[in-house]
Amino acid sequence: MLRAEAVHKSFGRLEVLKGVSLELQAGEVMCMLGPSGSGKSTFLRCINHLEKIDGGRLWVDGSLVGYRQEGDKLYELRESEVAQKRAEIGMVFQRFNLFPHMTALENVIEAPTHVLGVGKATAVAEAKTLLDRVGLADKIDTYPAQLSGGQQQRVAIARALAMKPKLMLFDEPTSALDPELVGDVLEAMRQLARDGMTMVVVTHEIGFAREAGDTLVFMDEGVIVESGPPREVLANPRHDRTRAFLSKVL
Amino acid sequence: MRHWGRWVASAIVLFIVAVIVYSVVNNPRFQWGVVGDFLFDPRIVRGARVTLELTFLAMLIGIVLGVVLAVMRLSPSPLISGLSSFYIWFFRGTPVLVQILFWQFVGALYPKISIGVPFGGHVFASASANHLITPFVAGLLGLGLNEGAYMAEIVRAGILSVDEGQTEAASSLGMRRILTLRRVVLPQAMRVIIPPTGNETISMLKTSSLVSVIAYPELLYSAQLIYSVNFKTIPLLIVAAIWYLFFTSILSIGQYYIERHYARGTSGQVNRRDLAQVMANAMRFRHESGGIP
Repeated sequence: MLRAEAVHKSFGRLEVLKGVSLELQAGEVMCMLGPSGSGKSTFLRCINHLEKIDGGRLWVDGSLVGYRQEGDKLYELRESEVAQKRAEIGMVFQRFNLFPHMTALENVIEAPTHVLGVGKATAVAEAKTLLDRVGLADKIDTYPAQLSGGQQQRVAIARALAMKPKLMLFDEPTSALDPELVGDVLEAMRQLARDGMTMVVVTHEIGFAREAGDTLVFMDEGVIVESGPPREVLANPRHDRTRAFLSKVL
Repeated sequence: MRHWGRWVASAIVLFIVAVIVYSVVNNPRFQWGVVGDFLFDPRIVRGARVTLELTFLAMLIGIVLGVVLAVMRLSPSPLISGLSSFYIWFFRGTPVLVQILFWQFVGALYPKISIGVPFGGHVFASASANHLITPFVAGLLGLGLNEGAYMAEIVRAGILSVDEGQTEAASSLGMRRILTLRRVVLPQAMRVIIPPTGNETISMLKTSSLVSVIAYPELLYSAQLIYSVNFKTIPLLIVAAIWYLFFTSILSIGQYYIERHYARGTSGQVNRRDLAQVMANAMRFRHESGGIP
């Protein structure tokens, strides 16, 4: 579903990704761990082309992200083509980024009706099912400002799911939440993982990574330090840097 | 006695107000009777209607142009963004009075205006500039094109005030730039755009009096036409002022309701205090050039 080969990314002089390679099969959940500034969020944003990569190759579901290959040459995709690809990849942000001028329901039906051209009645029915699934059936007509952080994040998850994505990206989805609100969001994500969604999750929630993850990737200074089954990596980290990081967060 | 300073200040202010009111009411040269006679004179009422038409059409041109220019200004293409900057620089850098006069005399530059293939190609339609650019059109072009430059900056500030995360969220849902702008960014930018646009509209209502210089009978020139015959200068200027005040008050109330509409979904709802603020803004004296304060 996702394949990265030597992905490089720089912001000016600062090299944030120094050759990241990994692979993720459909239906798997990959959790990415690492200190802040290690490049894990940047890598996530490269997957749906919110950031352009400077080197390497990135494939989602068999097609290159942001580019078209003809022979040896890469051509950048047009805006409409990039948008089409992004519609297949859901993303959940640390700061939720709900549309504040729309109710929870309007947030969820916005992209299906305006991007996919789904009929309003169908979109509303699907949105209600999704909001029900994340436990917010009674909040459909509420504006984001009147929702708690945890509720907002669950609306954001429903909004991403409404596009029926092949792959879901989570960028530190619980980092901006009060501790007592984290549980509901993680539960919604666990549910999603059980239903077989392919997910890449950048997180600091070690417990979630251990239980819900199929693979755990530890990144530091723009490279993958080690990766493997979460229980193994967490119990017996092979690398000093992993060990040092885990000793601080566990 | 507590707050004695406040009592003294209030007494002084009340005294001054009383002196002014007394003098205004009892000075026969104000000729309040004449004011009453001309307040609903058909010529004045027609002028007031023309002022409203000019204001709304010029603001319409200004807002549409402003949105287009603001979007161009934020375009990644340096040519498109540069073109917009140039427009704003030019139209904001010259007095609107000069622009109105310029449009009035544009016939001297281009006696004939035609639609056709440029660089000497086939001409589909053609008309004399003096026929096409009537004083109304000249006034409208002068006011509207100038307003476009100011509105562009207001709209741009509004767009920039919207959190970048909104654009990112919209892109991640597969929404394209223009759709994102229309559905996500502009509705949120409205909260920042509406208050200064209300001010611009109120300012435009008064700035439209500049069209009197090209002898088009809007409110002020209608009053001037009357007092140039009967020499009742002051009463007729008061008549015009009363109409301007009436319209700006109506506009301020409209602005309050529009702001309340666009404040939905935010915790900071517009409250009664803001209505008072809006009214105070309307009364505030603004310079005729129609600049951003």
